[in-house]
Amino acid sequence: MVPLNHYLILSAVLFSIGAVGVFTRRNALIIYMCIELMLNAVNLTFIAFSKFLNNMDGHIFTFMVMTVAAAEAAVGLAIIISMFRNKETVNVDEINLMKG
Amino acid sequence: MEILIPTIKLATIYPEIIITTFAILVLLLQVFPTVIGKDYLGYTSLAGVILAAIITGQGGASGEGGEAIYSFSNMWVVDNYSRFFKLIFLLGTGLTILISIKYTKDEGINNGEYYSLLLFATAGMMLMAGGTDLIVIFLGLELMSISLYVLAGYVRKRLISNESALKYFLLGSFATGFLLYGIALLYGATGTTSLKGISGFISEASFGSPILIMGMLLLLIGFGFKIAAVPFHMWTPDVYEGAPSPITAFMSAGPKAAAFAAFLRVFIEALPSLQGIWVDIIWVLAALTMTIGNVIALVQDNVKRMLAYSSIAHAGYVLVAFVSTDKLGVASILYYMLAYTFMNIGAFAIVIIIGGKGEEKINLKDYTGLAYRYPLTAAAMCLFLLSLTGIPPTAGFMGKLYIFSAAIKSGYVGLATIAVLNSVISVYYYMKIILAMYMKEPESSVQHSPLVFTPAMIIALGLAVYGVLRMGIFPSAYISMAQQSYLSF
Amino acid sequence: MFYIIGGVAVLSALIMVTNKKPVSAAMSLIVVMFCLAGIYVILDAHLIAALQIIVYAGAIMVLFLFVIMLLNIQEKEGRVAKHKIFFQFTWILATGYVFINMVKLIGAGDLPARMEGNIDGFGTTRVVAEILFTDFLLPFEIASILLLAAIVGAVILAKAKIE
Repeated sequence: MVPLNHYLILSAVLFSIGAVGVFTRRNALIIYMCIELMLNAVNLTFIAFSKFLNNMDGHIFTFMVMTVAAAEAAVGLAIIISMFRNKETVNVDEINLMKG
Repeated sequence: MEILIPTIKLATIYPEIIITTFAILVLLLQVFPTVIGKDYLGYTSLAGVILAAIITGQGGASGEGGEAIYSFSNMWVVDNYSRFFKLIFLLGTGLTILISIKYTKDEGINNGEYYSLLLFATAGMMLMAGGTDLIVIFLGLELMSISLYVLAGYVRKRLISNESALKYFLLGSFATGFLLYGIALLYGATGTTSLKGISGFISEASFGSPILIMGMLLLLIGFGFKIAAVPFHMWTPDVYEGAPSPITAFMSAGPKAAAFAAFLRVFIEALPSLQGIWVDIIWVLAALTMTIGNVIALVQDNVKRMLAYSSIAHAGYVLVAFVSTDKLGVASILYYMLAYTFMNIGAFAIVIIIGGKGEEKINLKDYTGLAYRYPLTAAAMCLFLLSLTGIPPTAGFMGKLYIFSAAIKSGYVGLATIAVLNSVISVYYYMKIILAMYMKEPESSVQHSPLVFTPAMIIALGLAVYGVLRMGIFPSAYISMAQQSYLSF
Repeated sequence: MFYIIGGVAVLSALIMVTNKKPVSAAMSLIVVMFCLAGIYVILDAHLIAALQIIVYAGAIMVLFLFVIMLLNIQEKEGRVAKHKIFFQFTWILATGYVFINMVKLIGAGDLPARMEGNIDGFGTTRVVAEILFTDFLLPFEIASILLLAAIVGAVILAKAKIE
């Protein structure tokens, strides 16, 4: 059987790839995909711990994270669409009406 | 198959049920066209807020002696601490609704969804304050955040509002990722997500499992984003500047208090045995947050942006009290958040009045000579700014006094000194507005259209002025209330 | 089996982060999600594995693809602004440093002990539903409000015209 450590390391790798993506990409859609990747990595941690702790709470948490991710995706994409209507870009570099 | 249903005390969530019901009600009401326009939507939601506040104030199903009542499999608690915070949120929402009524009409966003989302955000905040399980706190936080993402971008035709929503959304969900990872690691290290369970496990097991510490640090980052502590503050100025002014007022009072409520409860209730580690980190965060917030605020000309930086600085003061972690510290945080709600929403109410239609007049030059034209408005603004600075006899002064004395009593003299120095720095930029209002003649180049005052706005201003003065001159009732709230923690 | 799926997941994640085209990025993210569903099956989380495919790959990613096609984004991402390269580089280094430490910690960490007892039918729909509707009743209700708020929000922002 694969030890718990390996699941956790896989999850940490995916989480870090997502986090690096958020900092390096300029396209709002891809940044949001990177955030989804981070949430998925967290789900993996929950499920792995759940299995090794022999405790089902982690499954419920994952269930709720999926719900939240779906809700966030709907709202986030609506925000991107409403911005695209005003200014035809999803590039966060061009969003500089306000200084960082 | 036998299923054991846990005891459900519905009465413990009456205030939340009322807020949610009114949120849905407001949504449905606007379907029916009426002859009286759409103003009633705002007043309906206000009625819901007041009703919820009355029930919260009475304690709902909580014990008479203020003892905590647990329900829903120990995931939910009604205690004085959560009730105090809920009243702060409801006050913030009530004031926000009052200052929104004219604004939404001007901007053409006067529809039920606006108030509905405000109420949903409030429900989320209340769930954060009362949750004793990380899953409830997480879902409450998300309910609040998702509603706020939409509200920040609510003025759809204004690009700056869209951008504000996008920025808030991306950084907010990024922070959620960190928060969740922290929760996952805590769950893994302790096998439970209930705050009591976590603290029980840590006190039994050996101290300092690396996964546990990692989880705590990630939680700290997640909450740091939500309260806009430096270095996780970069979203704040842009989001606050771009969002519609009433929403900015709301965001800087309610949700920030909610994040603090959850932050405090998680760290003091679940992780007291790791205190040695997190106190040092929060010490640094507090010092950085105050200093950077105040220094950058010095150079701002846009009043809304200046208030955004000032709200970062104020989060820093609250963190100072957090460091002391004892009863006095928590009580001073409660007191300060209440005072901050009054003075900050008051200041934003004036910003909205002066901003006028389309929020065009939000720069410092639009405030010049205000005292000559509208002496009462200028006096109110002056009071709010003095309170934000921390000058007696205002609520802000007493709040800061309590925070600094809490820090000194716990032996953090260095941090208290930094806080006092920061207060001195902040005098400069608050005074800049006051000087512009009182000392300068109105600039002839600036077109002055008459300001419009509506009854709702006047009530909101009156309440805020009353709150600031009352809490500044007779603070003892409030501080004893805040201290009782800690007893049942 | 785990190592193959895990390897594919990491590889697709890297493709997603480095790919210029949003559509390809979305496709590789779908691959990552399928891989994770496979890992959930290995971990006996059958319901979650099914939900992973239905909700994430089926609903969320389809929504992404819809938006990408709706907006018909032109490829003009281009180079990162010069003054930002240093900033980004710092971030990547910081993330990498934190990550290496994390792996060290997790590798060396004393992992939690397995809990007593044996759950009958671990990870099946019946058991998940049983605790979802008893102990986790309050979170379930909050989730329903959250979805309602999200629907209202999404409609109000994306609607063509508000009267």
